[in-house]
Amino acid sequence: MTTTARTTTTQVYRVYIRTTPQAVWDAITRPEWTARYGYTGLADYDLRPGGAYTVRPTEQFRAASAAQGHAIPDVIIEGEVLEADPPHKLVTTFRMLMDPEIAAEPVTRITHEIRDTGQGVCSLTLTHELEGAERLALIVGGQFEAEGAGGGHAWVLSDLKTLLETGTSFAG
Amino acid sequence: VDAFLAASGGVDVEALLARFDPDVVLRADPAALLVQRPEETDRPGGDGCAMVSSSTVTCDFLVTYDGTVSVDDLVFKALADPTRRLLLDRLFERDGRTLTELESEVEMTRFGVMKHLRLLEDAGLVVTRRSGREKLHFLNPVPIRLLHDRWIDKYTERRVTALVDLETELEEGT
Repeated sequence: MTTTARTTTTQVYRVYIRTTPQAVWDAITRPEWTARYGYTGLADYDLRPGGAYTVRPTEQFRAASAAQGHAIPDVIIEGEVLEADPPHKLVTTFRMLMDPEIAAEPVTRITHEIRDTGQGVCSLTLTHELEGAERLALIVGGQFEAEGAGGGHAWVLSDLKTLLETGTSFAG
Repeated sequence: VDAFLAASGGVDVEALLARFDPDVVLRADPAALLVQRPEETDRPGGDGCAMVSSSTVTCDFLVTYDGTVSVDDLVFKALADPTRRLLLDRLFERDGRTLTELESEVEMTRFGVMKHLRLLEDAGLVVTRRSGREKLHFLNPVPIRLLHDRWIDKYTERRVTALVDLETELEEGT
């Protein structure tokens, strides 16, 4: 039997967080929370199908990038809300605009699913469908962390868990 | 496993396992999970984010534990087996595989592979998703990332900083 290599370009991440689904939902969708963990962007979601999704850099992020010699755009991530079922499911398209080469890749899709497992713990599952977006797949997979591109989704979710459970993120 | 670990934060598991006596990890871990939350008042949007009280926190994240087994223990145990690390490596190379595909990669019965996958799933290192009639297995690097962020940074930060300082000094000296 010959096995055909089926290239799956979907990445799946799951983290268990001791908090409520609503707290996780807010941490994903509200800028005052998204500025506090991971890449610290200011997320803005129009939470209805067809609504816009953008992430803007914080002033600190912009200044840090400028100090390293990269000017970054006013919108660093853009997408469209495909499905919003608070506080359980959020599906958006996702395009990163920080690098022209990555911005030119096909649009990807991110699904956040929040499930209450009982006992005050919820699971957050992030599924990123990355068909044809090879460079973005490497970045969100954490492959460029040593080069300063952050640790991707695993790093972001670890920081999100730390923030929600302790009130403090890695950056303090 | 190196490539896999690079994806999950560059943790060297062998060094990690060598560094921590399992008993130490087992005893120390609940403390890591039992971090007291600060008061709600200093959080933005705190009104919508009421937290459950941390006073009754136990370690039963995924399954019911007897109070001494934590998620970290499950991850360490899952990683302590070469076959399971091999399965994770295979998933790192190509994610989203079926049991049948994974079975063809290791010298082991279908039942044996199922057992190992089950342990990996219990530890949260593998997440499964249904796609039509197929059950696809995906590598979830988050638990290793959590170990890294919780344990490794704490012990390596100073050493890395010292090395970076040394490098800077040497470069400036030339």
